[in-house]
Amino acid sequence: MSTSTHAIAPARVTRRPALRLRRAPILRLILERVAWGTLTLLIVSFLVFMATSVLPGNVATSVLGNLATPESVTSLEEQLGLNDPALERYWQWLTSAVQGEFGSSLANGASVTTFVVPRIINSLVLVTLAGIVSSLLGVGLGLMCAVYRNRPFDRVISGVVLGLASMPAFVVGVLLVVVFSTTVFHWFPAISTIPPEISPLSDPTKLVLPVLTLVVVTVPYITRMLRAVAIEALESDYAEMAVLKGVSTRRLLFSHVLPNTVAPIVQVIGVCLSFMAGGVVIVEALFNFPGAGSRLVEAVSARDIPVIQAITVAMTVFYIFINVATDAIALVATPRVRFPQS
Amino acid sequence: MVELARITKSACRTPQGLVGLVLVTFVTIVAFGGPFVAPHSATEFVTAPFAQPSGDALLGGDVLGRDVFSRLLEGGWLLLILSLVGTLLGVAAGTVLGIVAAYFRGFGDTLVMRSVDVIMAVPELVLALVLLSVLGPELWLIVFAIALSHAPRTARVIRATSLDICERDFVKARRATGVHPIRIMLSDIGPNVSTPVLVEFGLRIPWSIALIAGLSFLGFGLQPPDPNWGAMINENRIALIENPWPVIVPAFVLALLTVGANLFADAMGSAAKNPTMEKETVDKGAAS
Amino acid sequence: MTDIHSVRLRVEGLSVGLADAQTSYVIKDIDLELHAGQVLALVGESGSGKSTLGLALLGYARGGLDVRQGTVRIDGQQMLALSASELRAARGAVVAYVPQDPGTALNPARRIGRQLREIMEMRGWTRERVNQRLQQLLTEVGLDNIEHVLTAFPHQLSGGQQQRVALAMSFACRPQLIVLDEPTTGLDVATQQRILETIDHLCETYGVAAVYISHDLAVVEQIADQVAVMYAGEIVEYGPTREVLAAPRHPYTQALLRAQPSPDGSRTMAGIPGLPPRIEDRHIGCVFTPRCHLAISECASERPPVIEVTPERDYRCWIDEPLPRPVEEVRRTRHVSARAEGERPALEVKNLNASYGDKAVLNDLAFRVPAGECVAIVGESGSGKSTLSRCLVGLHENWSGAIEFEGIGLSHQIRQRPREVLKRMQFVFQNPYASLNPRLTIAATLTQQVRHFSICSPAELPSVLVQSMHNARLAEETLRKYPHELSGGERQRVAVARALVAEPSVLICDEVTSALDVSVQASIVSLLAELQRERAMSMVFVTHNLALVRTIAHRVIVMANGRIVEQGDTTSVFESPQEDYTRSLLEMTMSASADLLALHPSTDCNHALEFETDRISNLNSSASGMEEPWPTSTSF
Repeated sequence: MSTSTHAIAPARVTRRPALRLRRAPILRLILERVAWGTLTLLIVSFLVFMATSVLPGNVATSVLGNLATPESVTSLEEQLGLNDPALERYWQWLTSAVQGEFGSSLANGASVTTFVVPRIINSLVLVTLAGIVSSLLGVGLGLMCAVYRNRPFDRVISGVVLGLASMPAFVVGVLLVVVFSTTVFHWFPAISTIPPEISPLSDPTKLVLPVLTLVVVTVPYITRMLRAVAIEALESDYAEMAVLKGVSTRRLLFSHVLPNTVAPIVQVIGVCLSFMAGGVVIVEALFNFPGAGSRLVEAVSARDIPVIQAITVAMTVFYIFINVATDAIALVATPRVRFPQS
Repeated sequence: MVELARITKSACRTPQGLVGLVLVTFVTIVAFGGPFVAPHSATEFVTAPFAQPSGDALLGGDVLGRDVFSRLLEGGWLLLILSLVGTLLGVAAGTVLGIVAAYFRGFGDTLVMRSVDVIMAVPELVLALVLLSVLGPELWLIVFAIALSHAPRTARVIRATSLDICERDFVKARRATGVHPIRIMLSDIGPNVSTPVLVEFGLRIPWSIALIAGLSFLGFGLQPPDPNWGAMINENRIALIENPWPVIVPAFVLALLTVGANLFADAMGSAAKNPTMEKETVDKGAAS
Repeated sequence: MTDIHSVRLRVEGLSVGLADAQTSYVIKDIDLELHAGQVLALVGESGSGKSTLGLALLGYARGGLDVRQGTVRIDGQQMLALSASELRAARGAVVAYVPQDPGTALNPARRIGRQLREIMEMRGWTRERVNQRLQQLLTEVGLDNIEHVLTAFPHQLSGGQQQRVALAMSFACRPQLIVLDEPTTGLDVATQQRILETIDHLCETYGVAAVYISHDLAVVEQIADQVAVMYAGEIVEYGPTREVLAAPRHPYTQALLRAQPSPDGSRTMAGIPGLPPRIEDRHIGCVFTPRCHLAISECASERPPVIEVTPERDYRCWIDEPLPRPVEEVRRTRHVSARAEGERPALEVKNLNASYGDKAVLNDLAFRVPAGECVAIVGESGSGKSTLSRCLVGLHENWSGAIEFEGIGLSHQIRQRPREVLKRMQFVFQNPYASLNPRLTIAATLTQQVRHFSICSPAELPSVLVQSMHNARLAEETLRKYPHELSGGERQRVAVARALVAEPSVLICDEVTSALDVSVQASIVSLLAELQRERAMSMVFVTHNLALVRTIAHRVIVMANGRIVEQGDTTSVFESPQEDYTRSLLEMTMSASADLLALHPSTDCNHALEFETDRISNLNSSASGMEEPWPTSTSF
């Protein structure tokens, strides 16, 4: 009599792939994350709204500035609906935000959406470029460091990367400007003078330094993570088994090691991209790049609430989107999750 | 404590840790000792704006003609103190949250972790900016913003470690003898996460410095005319060509500090990862 | 098919050591010879170097190790002299490796089919040829539903299936030599048997020579033609399996045989005192000297010569004559006592049902643990025995029914159980490496327990701690040490000491020996049995290893699929099992060891088991007057 408790029932007859997808638990996991992300977004938007519009000082006073008199303040408050109950105001704001309307800028009265959107696009261009370069460079370096681990190449690269990993973005930017733009070389312009409407791609030289700054700040994390994960894979039992089967180094790397690094790497890249959402603020301010980040800084200086709200929400959307996307890719790349034990 | 001493000593023995320690010490001395040796007051007008370095002003003059060298010496201590305090608060809060979430699991865990997600959804700098725009550039607010940016991330890391520890038999053994949860968290789980906590602290200090300096650079942190390295970089940018020193030197010093702190913290982290305390087996060795 | 008498593998003077310590060695002076179709077993415990040797046959040394000298010839070809690409070509095709843990040795991110094809595609086989061979292979290793297996990822297969895939991988190119590294570890008995049969069959069919690495002598006896016993990196005895196991010439071999538990209880288990030496500590002279009870003066100072018993059999020792037969301890079996009516059982379980979420794990369990007796709960993995012990201890709360401790019903939650109950019901867990707080010294860990239960005053604490060390047969210095400085066996003793310090009346031991080496298991079980007897403690001993049960338990409960299959006193259950399941479990455990036992007609051992009546209720041991000492081990 068989007492094996490990016997797995013979698998069900292979179904057509389409049906299997419907039953795939991984879809459920992804949808779950989307749901949580949306909830988070709502909560964040609520908190931001409350913090900026409801709580503090007097919006009307700060807008009117020198022109503030008790009467004008009161009438502006009426006009802006500042005396309505908070939740009602939030609801109004939310409903119009979802439709893409964020109100008018307190500084210049223009529709927030119309002039913020092109800026957001510019920032996206910056982040995307930086993301691509960073990823390729990071993966390449990390892999090489793993293969030559503890040898001079690895030590040098790891050391440099470690040092760069902690430098503040603006320090990196400033040093890059000093080196490449003013003092040592004069290759790239230090400051971008493009008006916001024109795509920055029209003058690539202006993009180089900002992208480079972002790359320098994020490459270290990708390199280190890939190195760590690749080393773990190279020293694993299955890598040893592959070697004992006689596979070549190249096959080992690309066919055995890399597939096991996809999930963590995608997540690190995700982290770097979402980091860049914030990093872009300083970099744009430094290089006077016409993006959402620099606009945010201006808005904060001027206490231009609608703009602050709009850009903050936009950044949060970006962050959540990146998170969900990278989680989804990581899940798909993990066979254990994609095909749970039958 | 024994463990802290051990990994610090280990870290000092590595070249990387040593370099880090030297850099950090150097910059700390400059920052805290600086005010005592500055030749001029940081707000005194000493020379022409953007004047070249001279005997009186070793690094020349800044945008308003103040002595760059003196401003450099006086521009660091507040930055460092705020960073330290903010990081300390943030890491402490995060640790408590992480351990509690890991021990109790279930609803409390979900609540803590989702709250963490919400805070983390806004980039740190943006969060700080929003807070500062609302409440003004108060010092306590800066510290709070820093703590707020570290707490959730620390909570995540410590929760992961604590989960692993809570699953171990010795914690189960304590639970099964009816020991109160708080006591278990303090005397059993706590000491076992002390190392990751220390490493997290060390690794986050550079970020705090970067954040404060960055905020100052943007004009929102420590306010002029008080000197601070971040603001110096910003205010003197326009005349980079005439006198680059007021920009280069603070940037360089900041770089040294953050790199040094990171190197040392990383060395501590590596020392913690090859710990004798966690060594699994004595008899089932590698050669079998 | 090659000539059956041709020498397939010849190893001469092989030594492997640490790369940065030139004088160290992990294996030393290995000489082997193997013919086509033969199976050689490499036997040894952890640290003996058997895996290192196995890997060296593929020209491979793990990180930090170097092959120092020696030759490995397969069909005349010197493996260690090959270039890198030649070596790569030879691996898999000339010599193949079957890993110990197929779960980690298979790439988790690649489908099985891909991994199998790789070996053949690498060598330029056509698609068609590959597919043909795949079909053949998978059928040979006994896998059905080939399509499913090929498209699956490793984690989707069971342990047994994974190991079959690993076997298929190794036989794919029909190599000349196969090295199998403990391929049946972690598998349950039934699967183990089938895998062994498959290996046997494959070797015979293709005339492959095999090197089978194991620590399990019963398996070795079943499958190997020759055996090489390794200790601390050296081969201490070598020869045809039957001869070596029937009449071992080297003291270590003999001690190893004695440490194997025998399921029918005709022998006691005896641990080997001491620990194998670490690489740094291997001194001149015979490497087994510190633990050898027959050591003479030469043993410590000079390396013993190789003594040839027959042309095919030799061993390395100073003792040139057959070893004296070990004096077998008179075996005392645990016998159930007649007891006064109405005596309260230490533990009683009624109608216990437990589940994880919706899934029912335990169904309607009922049994009792009489005061002063040890009840063993036996079952394979998935039987629910671990869940049962967790319910008893209070770590699993989702159960219904009743658990009574000395008549008092226990609540589901630990925090609601009276402190006195918590104190008197103690437990020892399975994993010695996780059961102690790594940050506390042993003294501190024990003090925690003492303080928690207010067992003694601060003034008495030091002597209580010292006494607890004695109880667990540990040296006093252990108190000052940290867990990482102790071996697995020592840590488990500390766990026992921690439980004892609370002076429990019930001790629950959950698979306490599973993570330990065989020789260590023996000593822990002896310790527990001794303590149980001395203190008249009731014990629940959960295990999957039937062979241990007879040594320690008065009663046995057999579980499967969350139910009790059979229960009764040990002797009856072992000698006349009522249920089929019990029967087959016994059969399987015993058949693995039966042949081994047949080689050891223990004539000195008293087969007529002495029955001693344990009258716990009046602690009167004068009933039989026999106080046989248990075999004591000193530091293990």
